[in-house]
Amino acid sequence: MIGGILSLELLVSALRMSVPLTFASLGGVFSERGGVVNIALEGIMLVGAFGAVVGTYFTNNPWIGLLTAMSFGFLIALIHAVVSITFRINQIISGTALNIMSAGLTTFLSRLIFKAAGSSPHIEGMIQWRFPGTNWQISPLIVIMFAVIIVSQIVIFKTRYGLRLRACGENPYAADSLGVNVIRMRYSGVLISGVLGGLGGAFLSLEHARVFVEGMTTGRGFIALAGMIFGRWTPLGSFSACFLFGLAEALRMRLEGFGIPTQFIQMIPYIVTMCVLIGVVGRAVAPAYDGIPFEK
Amino acid sequence: MLRRILISILAPFLAVLLAFSVGAIVIYILGENPLYVYKILLVNSVTKVDGWGYVLFNATPLIFSGLAVALAFKGGLFNIGVEGQIYIGAFACAWFGITFDVHPLIGIPVGLIFAMIFGGLWGVIAGYLKARFGAHEVINTIMLNFIAIALTNYLVNNPFKEPGQINPIPQTKELFSGSIIPRVYPLFNRIGINLSPSVPLNYTFFIAIFFCILVWYFLERTRWGYEIKAVGLNPRASRYGGINPNYIIILTMFLSGALGGLAGVNDVMGYRHRFLDGFSRGTGFTGIAVALLGKNNPIGIVFASILFGILDRGALAMDVFTNTPRELIRVIQAIIIIFVAIGNEFIFRLLQRLERESE
Amino acid sequence: MAEYILETRGITKHFPGVLANDSVDIKIREGEIHSIIGENGAGKTTLMNIIYGIIRPDRGEIFYKGKKVEISNPSVAIKLGIGMVHQHFMLVPPFTVWENIILGREVTKRGILDKDSVCSELKRLMKDYGLSVPLDEKVEDLSVGICQKVELIKLLYRGAELLILDEPTALLVPQETEELFEILDNLKRQGKTIIFISHKLKEVLRISDRITVMRRGKVVGELDGKEADEETLARLMIGKTLESQKLETYERGEETLRLEGIRLPPRLKNINLTLYKGEILGLAGIEGNGQRELLEIITGLLIPESGRIFYKNRELKHLDPRTLREIGIGFIPEDRQRTGLILDFTVAENIILGRHYKEPYTVRGRLNLPVIKKTATDIVKEYDIRTSTVDKYVRFLSGGNQQKVILGREFYSQPEILIASQPTRGLDIGATEMIHKLLLSARKKGMSILLYSSDLDEIMTLSDRIAVIYNGEIVGVLSPKEIDETTLGLYMTGARKD
Repeated sequence: MIGGILSLELLVSALRMSVPLTFASLGGVFSERGGVVNIALEGIMLVGAFGAVVGTYFTNNPWIGLLTAMSFGFLIALIHAVVSITFRINQIISGTALNIMSAGLTTFLSRLIFKAAGSSPHIEGMIQWRFPGTNWQISPLIVIMFAVIIVSQIVIFKTRYGLRLRACGENPYAADSLGVNVIRMRYSGVLISGVLGGLGGAFLSLEHARVFVEGMTTGRGFIALAGMIFGRWTPLGSFSACFLFGLAEALRMRLEGFGIPTQFIQMIPYIVTMCVLIGVVGRAVAPAYDGIPFEK
Repeated sequence: MLRRILISILAPFLAVLLAFSVGAIVIYILGENPLYVYKILLVNSVTKVDGWGYVLFNATPLIFSGLAVALAFKGGLFNIGVEGQIYIGAFACAWFGITFDVHPLIGIPVGLIFAMIFGGLWGVIAGYLKARFGAHEVINTIMLNFIAIALTNYLVNNPFKEPGQINPIPQTKELFSGSIIPRVYPLFNRIGINLSPSVPLNYTFFIAIFFCILVWYFLERTRWGYEIKAVGLNPRASRYGGINPNYIIILTMFLSGALGGLAGVNDVMGYRHRFLDGFSRGTGFTGIAVALLGKNNPIGIVFASILFGILDRGALAMDVFTNTPRELIRVIQAIIIIFVAIGNEFIFRLLQRLERESE
Repeated sequence: MAEYILETRGITKHFPGVLANDSVDIKIREGEIHSIIGENGAGKTTLMNIIYGIIRPDRGEIFYKGKKVEISNPSVAIKLGIGMVHQHFMLVPPFTVWENIILGREVTKRGILDKDSVCSELKRLMKDYGLSVPLDEKVEDLSVGICQKVELIKLLYRGAELLILDEPTALLVPQETEELFEILDNLKRQGKTIIFISHKLKEVLRISDRITVMRRGKVVGELDGKEADEETLARLMIGKTLESQKLETYERGEETLRLEGIRLPPRLKNINLTLYKGEILGLAGIEGNGQRELLEIITGLLIPESGRIFYKNRELKHLDPRTLREIGIGFIPEDRQRTGLILDFTVAENIILGRHYKEPYTVRGRLNLPVIKKTATDIVKEYDIRTSTVDKYVRFLSGGNQQKVILGREFYSQPEILIASQPTRGLDIGATEMIHKLLLSARKKGMSILLYSSDLDEIMTLSDRIAVIYNGEIVGVLSPKEIDETTLGLYMTGARKD
C-alpha cells in the first residue's frame, strides 16, 4: 500500500496540482523582481478561471478560453499596477481590495451569465496532446508551463529586460539614474503577472475541474506567493516549491478515506504553507525595494 | 477645526460617490435603471424604523471587525485574518454557552471573554510567527482563515453537532439562556421607538459602541497604545526608545484578534443563539473596507459600518426585486476601498505640502 | 569652438518652502577641474541634478558646447556626454560590477547579455584610464573606494566627457582621497572636464583650476584656484569668518564606562575602551571597520558574543536600550530620521520616547498629557527648536530642528554618558556650532561623551582623546594635539598600530 502511494501516478498528480500554483508563482516573480508586491494573484487566478470558462463556453474553443483568461487577469493586474505604481497606494491594500473585487465580480457575472447560483455549467477541457508513439497524454497547458518556466529563467537572468527589471526591484534609483524607465518596467512586471496568473486560473477551471465554482481558488494565490518566496524569487525555484506543494496536495487526496476527518486533511496545504514560510526566514531575501513605491 | 473634519471626510465621501457611480454604470449596462435599483437598495433600510434596526444589527459585527483591522494597522500589521478570528472566537463562546447553564450576569461576560481570548490567541499565532521568525503576517493570517473555517466546520459537524438536526447546514445546540444577549425591542418600545420583535438588533450593538470608545482611549491615552503606534510607525526608533517591538507585535495581534473574536458574538449570542457553520459570510474582509473608509478612527468606523450595514440590508431586496445580483455590493465595496485609499493618499500629500510651505 | 563646455544661465528651481536655485549662472571650461562649493543646502546638488536631467528647472537655460540643450532625463545627459557620480552611490548591491556598469546600456548577442565582449571592452577602458576594479564581484562585497571607481568607469563606458562628482571624498580616508585625485589628474590629462562638488576647502584648493561658490541658492563668487585661500572661500560660503572652537584643558575625572574584550564576529575582534568623566572621546574609523556594531552594542541593540561592559566599575548584565537609559546613558543615533525619531509622531511624543513609561509621563498606564506637553514646551524653548507648536509632526521640522529634538530629549534626563553618532551630519553651520557648544558645555559639567564622526575636522577639534577603530580593534588612542590628519589616516587604514 505504501508502495502504491509513492508512484508515477502520484508524481503526475502532483504535477497537475502544481500547475496553477506555478503559473501564479511565476507571475509573482516577475512582479516582485520589478519591485511590486502582488497579493492580488488570488483574485487574478479567480478571474482567470472564470474567464477560461466563459471563453470556452461561448466559443467551444478552449484556446479562446485561455485568451479570455489571460485578458481578464491582465485587466485586474492593470488596476493593481495603476493604483500601486502610478498612485503609489500601499500594495497590500490594493491587492486585498482586488481580491475582494474579483470574488464579487466573478460570482456576480457568473450568476448573470449562467444564471446559476455559484457555479457554471460543465465545459469541455482542452484536447490533450499525445506523446508521439505512446499512449500517454498531457495537457497542452502543462507543456506551455514548462516552456514559460525555462523562458522566464532565461529572460530574468540573462537578458537586457531581466537586468533592468531586477534593477528596478533592487535599486530603482540607480536604474533611473541610468535612464531606465522604472515606471514602465514595473508596469510590465505586474501585467505579466496578470497574464500568467490568469493562465494558472485557467488550468484550474479548464483542465482540472472542468467548471467554474465561485471562490474555487481557495487560497492558491497565496500559496503560490509562499512558493515564490521559498523559491527565492526565481522561476526554477518557484516551480520546485510549487511542485512540492502539489505533492502535498496529491498526497492529501490519497489520505482521504484513511480515517482522518476530511477537514483536517483540508488544512494540510495551509499548514504546510505556514511551515514553509517559517523555514524560509533569514535565507530568502526579497528584492530590496520590493513593495516600496518609486518616487522621483 | 471644522475645516480639518471636513477635509478628513472628503476623501471617503468622494470615494463612496465614485464607487456608486461606477456601480450605476454597471447596472445600466445590465439593462436596469440605476436610480431604481439604488432606491430599492437604500429605501428599505433608511426610511423605516425596522429598517434601521436591521442596519444597526448588520453594522455590529462590522464595527468589531473594523476595529480589529484598524488596531492592527496602527501597529503596522495587516490583519487579514479577522474572518478566522471570528470563527474561532464565536465557537469558543458558543462552546461555553452550550456547556454551562449560568445566570446571564455571568454567562454574557464570560461568553464575551471567551470570544476575546480565543480570537486573540488565534491572532497571536500569526503575531508570534511574525515576531519570532519575521514571517509575513498577510499570508499567515490568510492561511489561518482557511484553517479556522475547516476546524470549526469539523467541530460543528462532529462532536458538537446538534442532535436530531433538521437544518441542512450544520450547527450546534442552542445556547443556554444565560448566554443569550437579548434583543433591544422591549427597551426601545418602552421609550417610544416602535421596533418590531422580528428585528434582531440586540445589545451587542451597544457593546460594540463601548468597545469603540475603549479602543480609542487605549490608543490615545495609554502607554501601551503609545507603544503600539510607535512600533507601527517606526520599529527601529521604537527599539532605541526602549520598546520591545516583538512583544508589541504579539500584543497587537492579540488585541486585534480579540476584537475580531467579538465580531461573531452578535450572531452567536445575540441572534441565532448557536454556532452555525459558515455564518460569517465575509465580515472579516468587509472589516478591511470599514477600517479604510473610517480611516482607522472609531467614529469613522461606526459610520462606515452603518453604511455597509445599509448596503447589506438593501442587497437582499435588490437581488429579489431587480435583476441585479447581490454580489454587486461586494464589487462596490472593493471599489470603495481602492478609491478611499487613493483619496486618502492624495489628501495626505496635499496636507504635507501645505504644512511644509507654512514652515 | 565654444569657450565653455557647459554654461547655465538663470537656472531657478523651487521646492515646497525653499528656493533651491536662484538664477544660477555657471561657466565650466573644457578640460578643467572646476569645483563648486557651498554649505549643505546651498543648492549645489540641486543644480547638478538639473544638469544631469534628474529634475527640471523652473526657469533657465543650459548650453552644452555652445548649443542650447533641454536635458529632460538622464538618458539625454548621458547621450550628450555628461556623467554624474552621486553622493550616495547609484549601484545595485547584488549585481556584479560589470552588470552595474552596463545597466541601461547593455550589449546583447541574440538577445542574451554578451558578457565576454563587455568585459573585454571594460578591461581596455581600465587600462586606458588607469582604473582597476574586479569585474566579477558583487558590489555589495566591495569597499567604498572601489565602488567609487566603479561609478567612474560607468561614466567612462558611456563616453562621458564632462564628469560631475558630488561630494566624492565624503566617505574616503586621506589615502583613498589622494588616489582619487591622481585619477582625476589623469582624466584631466586625457581631456575630460570635471565638476567637483564639495564643502571641504582644503581638497578643493588642492585640485581645482577654478572655483564657484554658492550660498543659499545663489552664486556668490567665482575664483581662480591658485588665487583663492581658505579664509576667502569660507567667508564667501558662510558669509562670515570661521570661528575655531578652542578646547579648554580638561580635568579628567573617574572612569565611567569601560569595555573589555568585546567580541562579535565577524566585525568586532577585540574592543577595549574606557571613558572618563568630563571628557570627549572621539571615535574615528572608516565605515565598515566595526564602529556601527560597537555603537549598537553600547546602546543595547546588539548583544556581543563575549566581553564585558562596566559602568562605574560595576559589570552590566542586561544590555538593552531601556536598561542602559535607566542607568544614565543617552544616545544620539547616526540616522536621526530612521532611528532617532518617529517622524509621524508629534514633537511632544518624540520628546518622551524612551522615558514615556515612567512617571510623571505615565501614571498607572495612563499618559499624563498636560505634563508631557509642559516638558515638551520647556525643551522647545531651551533648545530654540523652531516649531509653532509641540503638537506638530516632527516630519515637518527641518533637519537641524529635528536633531535638536533628539538632543533636547537626551540632555533633559541629564545622562552621565552620552553616545553621539554623527551628530552634525547634514546640518548647516549654525546648527553645527550650536551642537558643538552643547557638547562642550556638557563635557565641562562632567558628562562623558563618546563622539563618533566621519568628519575628521570635527573629531580633531572636539576630542580630548581619539580612539581609532580598524578591523574590529582599537588600534590606537591618540591625542589630537600631537598628531595631524595624515597620521590619523594612517591609523584608520591600519598602516599604523599601537
